[in-house]
Amino acid sequence: MERLETGDLVRYTNGGTALTGTYIAERDGMAVVKLESGYNIGASPEKIEFVERPAPQPPAGAGVVVQNPDLPELAVISTGGTIASRVDYRSGAVMSQFSASDILRAIPELGDVARYRDRQIASILSENMKPALWRELARAVYDEIRTGVTGVIVTHGTDTMAYSAAAVRFMLKTPVPIVFVGSQRSADRPSSDNAMNTLCSAAVAAGDLGEVAVVMHATTNDDRCAIHRATRVRKMHTSRRDSFQSMGMEPLGYVDYPSLSVTLSDEAVRRGAQEPELHDALEERCALLHFYPGMPASVLDVFEGYAGLVISGTGLGHVATDWVPKVREMIEDGTTVVMTSQCLHGRVCDRVYNTGRDLLAAGVVEGEDMLPEAALVKLMWVLGNERDPERAKTLIETDLAGEIRRRSIP
Amino acid sequence: MDYGKLGLKAGIEIHQQLDTAEKLFCRCPTCLRDVSERTGEFYRYLRATESELGEIDRAAREEMKLVRKFRYYTYDTVCLAEHDEEPPSPMNPEALEVCLTIAKMLDMTPVEQVHTMRKLVIDGSNTSGFQRTALVALSGALPGGCRVETICLEEEAAQRVEDETFSLDRLGIPLVEITTAPCMRTPEAVQEVAGHIGMILRSTGRVKRGLGTIRQDINVSIADGARVEIKGVQELDLIAEVVRREVERQVNLVEIRDELRARSARVDHTVVDVTALFAETKSAILKKAKAVLAVRLCGFAGLVGREIQPGRRLGSEMSDYAKKCGVGGIFHTDELPAYGVTAEEVARLREFVRAAENDCVVIVAAGRERAGCAAEQVMIRAEMALSGVPEETRKMLEEGSSAYMRPLPGAARMYPETDVFTVAIDGGLWERIVIPELLTARAERFVREFGLDEGLARQVAFSERLPLFEKAVAAGVRPNLAARTLLATCRELARDGVDVGRVSEEEILALLSAVEGGRAAKEAIPDLLTELAKTAGDAGEPGVRVDAAIEKMGPAVSQADVEAIVRRIVAEREAFAREKGMGALGPLMGVVMQELRGSVDGKVISETLRRELQRLLS
Repeated sequence: MERLETGDLVRYTNGGTALTGTYIAERDGMAVVKLESGYNIGASPEKIEFVERPAPQPPAGAGVVVQNPDLPELAVISTGGTIASRVDYRSGAVMSQFSASDILRAIPELGDVARYRDRQIASILSENMKPALWRELARAVYDEIRTGVTGVIVTHGTDTMAYSAAAVRFMLKTPVPIVFVGSQRSADRPSSDNAMNTLCSAAVAAGDLGEVAVVMHATTNDDRCAIHRATRVRKMHTSRRDSFQSMGMEPLGYVDYPSLSVTLSDEAVRRGAQEPELHDALEERCALLHFYPGMPASVLDVFEGYAGLVISGTGLGHVATDWVPKVREMIEDGTTVVMTSQCLHGRVCDRVYNTGRDLLAAGVVEGEDMLPEAALVKLMWVLGNERDPERAKTLIETDLAGEIRRRSIP
Repeated sequence: MDYGKLGLKAGIEIHQQLDTAEKLFCRCPTCLRDVSERTGEFYRYLRATESELGEIDRAAREEMKLVRKFRYYTYDTVCLAEHDEEPPSPMNPEALEVCLTIAKMLDMTPVEQVHTMRKLVIDGSNTSGFQRTALVALSGALPGGCRVETICLEEEAAQRVEDETFSLDRLGIPLVEITTAPCMRTPEAVQEVAGHIGMILRSTGRVKRGLGTIRQDINVSIADGARVEIKGVQELDLIAEVVRREVERQVNLVEIRDELRARSARVDHTVVDVTALFAETKSAILKKAKAVLAVRLCGFAGLVGREIQPGRRLGSEMSDYAKKCGVGGIFHTDELPAYGVTAEEVARLREFVRAAENDCVVIVAAGRERAGCAAEQVMIRAEMALSGVPEETRKMLEEGSSAYMRPLPGAARMYPETDVFTVAIDGGLWERIVIPELLTARAERFVREFGLDEGLARQVAFSERLPLFEKAVAAGVRPNLAARTLLATCRELARDGVDVGRVSEEEILALLSAVEGGRAAKEAIPDLLTELAKTAGDAGEPGVRVDAAIEKMGPAVSQADVEAIVRRIVAEREAFAREKGMGALGPLMGVVMQELRGSVDGKVISETLRRELQRLLS
């Protein structure tokens, strides 16, 4: 018998049962068959018999998206992630394979907010993001700004969205909104947060903001999205819709749903405040290390020759006392070491306890209240653009992109 | 009606909640809550999505006609899974085992590998917008030659509180769905099959009991009609009536079709704006509406108003379709003038839309968009009348008639649940499943082993109190006493307004043991249960509480006390006793019983009294 192909009509015989169905795929040695009722079952291949191969159906017309020329133009740059996910029927897993135009087709209300040009630079799950892609993304956004779009939407997987948003924020000065958006529930389900998040992001991208932001659900309700500053946002829950939180500050604003009315705080940078500039050099030999009790100092050997290292230390910014000589050695060998805190909330202060003072004496740079991830991205950018260690140190201690708060608000 | 001649075919789908410790795809308990216990609420919108085959399911598309906001009540017994904020846990093995047990009892063949699917349901009853469901076994047998097609294990939906508000406590409780072939030929056969499957389900002892825990959907068609699914029949006794009424509806719709064809009826697809005609109307609905739109149904006069089922007309069907657009209903000229619309207005309306005598005019009143949508729906349903009976999913109304819900769902509403791994049903798992004793067999055994009469045995076997009955018998309580207390006594007390449900099983067990141990009389059981119900919720071990109740209702009376009382009463009525002889036993029994107020077993009293009388008379 010929090899079965997806879509073949087959007969399934088991015990006294004989049913017809559609062959979907082979998985783990079992044939997956979709019965006429719509149910899939797994069956031993020997119980499956080929009946016929239906004539291929012409693909359903994708439908032309008619755009309103009177509305502002937004660029949608797609990188993949859950917001662009579909079920892959071969593996059964959720795969990222939607183009930006597909997203427009799936959410027709977007057509009332703006018109869109789309551009796909990747189709990956965000754990597969790399600094090289951040640079490509920053360049793509810069190109779009130069063509005069009103705003830019970047669709992105949520896991590492905060890193990418921060990277773009450091590499790019922008006069228009650059909005990162994702979803926590896959787009194939009726309850997906993708539609609301995308509509809110379009409203922000067409609005008055002038910086890089992440726009995601503000609560578990479908009532509003929060606008987060790219360098102060963190994914704080594995699965909830409202997992993105502004850390150490209030969000830059909110978008009400379904009205899509945008309110911005006084602190939000406004449209047109900056001229576009791209500085996309990154020093990729940088790392982020999460310290734990008992972690041997020899771990640091792995980072020998690195240009920069961010440590996510305990409490006010500590590692074990027996790390100090090794850290000093690294710094003497030319590695810039930045201390942040795994508390995530609050500011590093290495002047309170002896260990901290020893670390400062060894040359560790205090990361103020920077989030560890933002500090890593910043270190890559600073070391990519500034060779002089002293000036680099000063830059790290200076707020460049909203990543450091001068004051800790209770 | 001659159902054979009409070509009646009916099948049923039975949905039964399982009594597992945890839900099907999360670790929450399977308990229902009162809405007043809710700890919070949230709201969401749902939208239809493209399925695996690239099409939006027609049932889902129908629901999309309304943009609705759904509100959900949450409790401390639900988790992020019910909130649609966390991926599902693996399939609950306990639920799968119960499902396989039922499959084996129905002589079915399990599938080799169970795949969990997502079935699109966007009426708000599932926070995710789909219901997780898995086909577990195929092809089983029923008495009378009917076949079971499939058994599926699925999640229960959230309970609707009102309109667009749902309660999350029920969402995710495991449910089996048993689907029979369309192999029943009479309304009574459908009811019998439903009864039989219900008995099998309860025989497992692992299904939920009580109202709403079992629901039947009934599939009905006649040769000249179409397949219609009637959802949510909760009472077994109504099943045959539902089938009878659906057959009646289909027969009438076929007659209407033939009549329409004979008249060369057609639907005029021009929607006419008649808002201005009703500017001065006395009908509040028409007056306040932004738009009144009219549809002319040529040749439909008299048929839109014709009854097709008790309380239902063809016009009701059109109204159901129109309501999908969010309007309250429709008016049609078969029922006008009425509802504040005058004969003069009707005449003007007919003239304005150029209706001939044989035409029926339907009007809808609402906002412009909704009215337009509703007019469209009326035309769609009127076209369907020209071809007879439409395939539909309907909901049961009180007393067995039904109303339109949505089109029959297609296979397009199913796609794989990728977050749940498949489960292999290997031979070992299937072999290890033990088939429980059927309730019918158990009833027969109770007659044989316990000497219960047939009626009582059946009542006990089918009762929710069966586990308690078996526990009591195992603890040495006489089966008859246990059965009568659990069924007759409790029912009578409940009828008298005693909240027997509040007395715990442990207390009932302790009470029956006290009676068997001679510490309380059988006659005192109603009083003791009443006392226990009154003080239910008070602190104390069951045994201690029962002893306290016995003490309160009447202090223990010794055999010597009984003999003394009996002797005194007989002495006081010596003349009467001598006159009646042993015939005095009955009347004197009453006197003694009254004095002892049920604190002594009647049998003990009657024996003592008999001895005393015999002594006197000898």
